[in-house]
Amino acid sequence: MTIAAPQINEDELRRSLRQMSPRRGEAIMRAILVVAASVSILTTVGIVLSIVIPSIEFFSEVPVWDFLTGTVWTPLFANGEFGVLPLVSGTLMITAIATVVAIPLGLGAAIYLSEYASMRVRKVLKPTLEVLAGIPTVVFGFFALEFLTRVVLVRFFPSIDIFNALSAGLIMGIMIIPTVASLSEDAMSAVPSGLRDGSYALGASKRQTATDVVIPAALSGIVAAFVLGISRAIGETMIVTIAAGLEPRLSFNPLEGMQTMTSYIAAAGAGDLATGSMEYKSIFAVALLLFIITFAMNMISIRLVRRYRQVYQ
Amino acid sequence: MNELDASIRIAESLSETRHEVSIDIPNPVFTLNGVSVYYGEYEAIRDVSLDIAQGEITAFIGPSGCGKSTLLRSFNRMNDLIVGARITGRLAYHGTDLYGPEVDPIEVRRRIGMVFQKPNVFPKSIYDNVAYGPRVNKTKGNLDDLVEESLTRAALWDEVKDNLKKSAYALSGGQQQRLVIARCIAVRPEVILMDEPCASLDPIATAKIEDLMHELAGDYTIVIVTHNMQQAARVSDRTAFFTAEVDDAGERHGRLIEYGPTRQLFSAPVDQRTEDYISGRFG
Repeated sequence: MTIAAPQINEDELRRSLRQMSPRRGEAIMRAILVVAASVSILTTVGIVLSIVIPSIEFFSEVPVWDFLTGTVWTPLFANGEFGVLPLVSGTLMITAIATVVAIPLGLGAAIYLSEYASMRVRKVLKPTLEVLAGIPTVVFGFFALEFLTRVVLVRFFPSIDIFNALSAGLIMGIMIIPTVASLSEDAMSAVPSGLRDGSYALGASKRQTATDVVIPAALSGIVAAFVLGISRAIGETMIVTIAAGLEPRLSFNPLEGMQTMTSYIAAAGAGDLATGSMEYKSIFAVALLLFIITFAMNMISIRLVRRYRQVYQ
Repeated sequence: MNELDASIRIAESLSETRHEVSIDIPNPVFTLNGVSVYYGEYEAIRDVSLDIAQGEITAFIGPSGCGKSTLLRSFNRMNDLIVGARITGRLAYHGTDLYGPEVDPIEVRRRIGMVFQKPNVFPKSIYDNVAYGPRVNKTKGNLDDLVEESLTRAALWDEVKDNLKKSAYALSGGQQQRLVIARCIAVRPEVILMDEPCASLDPIATAKIEDLMHELAGDYTIVIVTHNMQQAARVSDRTAFFTAEVDDAGERHGRLIEYGPTRQLFSAPVDQRTEDYISGRFG
């Protein structure tokens, strides 16, 4: 038997090209998927509104300028002062320490995994590194307080506060190493091997190839990894609440205790503040500032990524 | 075709004999003696012996999987970068065993440059692409002059001289491949290996690369792997024909079948398999 092309009957064709059924399943599926996509957007809008509205009430009583430039944060006192700088400086100090730890170690780990490690080593090491990211932050917090501060740091700095920015920052840095390392490694592994071959063929060593070809080619991904790691550090709450203490202090000495924006929100929110009181509203004002800072970080990272893409692709 | 003829041809194609038309090459750059390259246990190319003449263009042709690129990559020890790749036999460069215990692959690659199938320009400016090799090798002298000289030599200077700071990705595919050749020349190699350099280029860009190869021949020894037989016929002085043989276990191994002056190999091939390949009957 031979297979021939089907005979075309024009009337029959016209009929058969019509839609057979209304395809209701398609519409239902589409509706379900739209709902799934909307949930996160609606939640974000809801969060922003629920932060902004109490914040507006807060700022009707405390001028924005006084809030941003005030150096004393005593919301729980009678006639308390609402200068947020001590919380901002605590956040920035601890984030800076974490960044100093996480960026060199994370990038170093990424370079090793992507350029030096054999397939077998990489298969073991990368999942191990990612386990670090799965440790609950409360465990990191107690590790910082009970081990790093009480066992290690007191030997080097006898005058150190039991709650201090240094241990919180160091442990937070270790916590975000997997984020920085894993995302940077992904970016570097995605660099086409032809670029490496080109570099080796010109007589470059492994180190020269890694630093002069692979890292520049993967820069957008590496920068994104840095920014994501820093964003996590800024938003991290548990480690700082446990290890850095709850005393708002405008200080540049990492051996002292500090309160961050997140730990203020956690601590104040956990207390029994009267709804509508100034202390209660101050939580939302701090949250709004935190939101704006993280949002700005994300915007910067998106622009950086886009800029390097333009140059390199 | 009578029966006797046919049986002779079958016997010939099954035999292990190689037809080396020109074995007498004075002062060869490379001398290969019984070279085999393995990936793990798999023997990609088996028992190759040939000499590469200085200042000439030598073409490696043959069907896919015949090991010609693998062989080319062993000339500058690029196969070292592949886990499990190893070589047996002797591959000598001006009489020195390239795989001797004291030979540094990085030093080898500074003398023996390579151009790849896909133009692998770096994500840097045009200038920095050409300057990359001299910089990593800490070449002394004026870098600007070296960059200009290399780009001129690669027939790209006039097209890019006003845009040296621009990203190399802004160039067309053919320009990128000439940039890669300029980058290679800037290291001042003696040999340039080319692994299907025109495979991703259109005919006009291909013609420019071929012109460039003629320009460079004489000063440089060029070994080119190509799928394009017309290209081999147009550009090369000598041609080596490889093919893949299937062994009893069903594995394919690359073999050198015939090697000789290009004109002779294309006009009067000695081996039936060469004739079949160049006349388009297989591969």
